[in-house]
Amino acid sequence: MNALKSLLTPDRQAARVVPPTGFTAQLTLFTSAAMAFLAVFALALSLASGRLADRWSSALAGTATIRISAPAEQMDTQVAAVLALLGTTPGVASARALDQAEQRALLEPWFGPDLPVDALPLPRLIELTEGNPGYDGEGLRQRLLAEAPGAVLDDHTRWRRPLAVAASRLRLLGLVSIILIAGATGAMITLAANAALSANLPVIKVLRLVGAKDSYIVRAFVRRFTLRALSGAAIGTVLAMIGVAILPRADDAGGFLTGLGFQGFGWLLPLLLPPLAGVVAFAATRIAAFRTLKGLT
Amino acid sequence: MIAFENVAYNYGGGELLSEVNLRLAPGSFHFLTGPSGSGKSTFLKLSYAELQPTAGRVTIFDREVRSLTRDDVAMTRRRVGVVHQDCQFLDHLPLAANVTLPLTVAGRNSDPRDLSDLLGWVGLGHLGDAKPPSLSGGERQRAALARAIIMGPDVILADEPTGNVDWEMSLRLLTLLVELNKMGKTILVATHDLNLIRQAKSQVAARVLRIKNRRIQLAGADL
Ligand SMILES: Nc1ncnc2c1ncn2[C@@H]1O[C@H](COP(=O)(O)OP(=O)(O)OP(=O)(O)O)[C@@H](O)[C@H]1O
Ligand SMILES: [Mg+2]
Repeated sequence: MNALKSLLTPDRQAARVVPPTGFTAQLTLFTSAAMAFLAVFALALSLASGRLADRWSSALAGTATIRISAPAEQMDTQVAAVLALLGTTPGVASARALDQAEQRALLEPWFGPDLPVDALPLPRLIELTEGNPGYDGEGLRQRLLAEAPGAVLDDHTRWRRPLAVAASRLRLLGLVSIILIAGATGAMITLAANAALSANLPVIKVLRLVGAKDSYIVRAFVRRFTLRALSGAAIGTVLAMIGVAILPRADDAGGFLTGLGFQGFGWLLPLLLPPLAGVVAFAATRIAAFRTLKGLT
Repeated sequence: MIAFENVAYNYGGGELLSEVNLRLAPGSFHFLTGPSGSGKSTFLKLSYAELQPTAGRVTIFDREVRSLTRDDVAMTRRRVGVVHQDCQFLDHLPLAANVTLPLTVAGRNSDPRDLSDLLGWVGLGHLGDAKPPSLSGGERQRAALARAIIMGPDVILADEPTGNVDWEMSLRLLTLLVELNKMGKTILVATHDLNLIRQAKSQVAARVLRIKNRRIQLAGADL
């Protein structure tokens, strides 16, 4: 905490005793900017596939329907047979036949309110709710075929299951990418800090000889690299967010690619990246600096 | 102030110093002589904890060097002014900033008047803004002496402080050291310059240490 505070209080003296390291400075700035840029896209990908996974999973949790088309006199027996069969099918949470009022409500948008439902040879609908774990769709089809030849299982949402799994994997991969980017940033800043430290070894030796404490010397380097990583990451984040913001929008029906963006509070998440880069640089430089100093008296 | 008890040192090869027993009493003035390569600089480095003895005990301000933490070493060095033989400076900072560097790293401000007095005394008043690489060997040595004393240290260790300056400037620097000694500072000067030692003996009760056969002995009046 103290180390963090001393980072924020400007200490021009401490900053001046170490000569400017032009090239390493620009390298650190560029690396942090590039890494933050990538991290924003990984984050966007992760959030978008997360939304997709949620949407598709909730669709899966919905219902399937069984449509029974049979001659009028067999209708009730077949409906009863299907309901009985569903009652003993593992993975089916509940099943019920829709009554005539409900069926009429379903058809109303197409045929208007005056449809004489009783007079039409309409199929009967059974709505079933899937349990967890779900039922075996192919097995259920076979049994329906045997018990009620007029029954057809319509489980149109099931094909989405592998997609939902893929989407949540994609979310995971996005998060793993962010962690890897943070690690790579740490590694690169460690390399840059080590280069700066060894280039300045004579300076560090002189500072030690005139009575500088380790913390004083470490501060001069840590301050530099943390501020550079912070500002580099801020630049990269802003550029990437602009890039995401100008992606073409589409409505919900739009494909996955047009859904790649931030929504609502999601826009605040990338703003965490510059501080994260700062923390990574702070830790990496601090460790590198103390390790260098350990070899000096 | 600084005490050596049975100290030995080697750089990994043969023994360079052995059975060194001596005490620098507060307020004393010592010269250290010996052939080139006999270990004068090594002795000084042992005295400000840049090196640790390979055997025996070195005590600075009543604390054993081996028991000091890294921060303790830093605090100790603030009380010991050292003129290094190779005068190490920060080449990117002007001379004035180099001279005040011990104050800077200690988080203290320097009084500009003290600084210009000090630079004037060592004859560098006009060179405060010069960068160290552009200075002559003698100028660098004088700057190193100024840096060594700016903190008002209790002990001053000077390694060949007059190696590159003319006789007149040598006397001037010697007078500065003698004045500091009269103020109570403990002083040790490593030098080849026997004339300087003779001159000093007329001004102050200086003792002469000589490195011979890896031992440090008190030299007699003969010199
Ligand atoms: N870092 C080191 N590693 C190995 N050997 C060293 C090291 N520093 C000094 N030596 C050796 O130790 C010996 C003593 O060196 P030192 O610098 O103490 O001598 P000196 O008496 O100060 O000589 P001079 O009068 O030339 O300054 C020399 O032979 C030198 O080569
Ligand atoms: Mg020497």
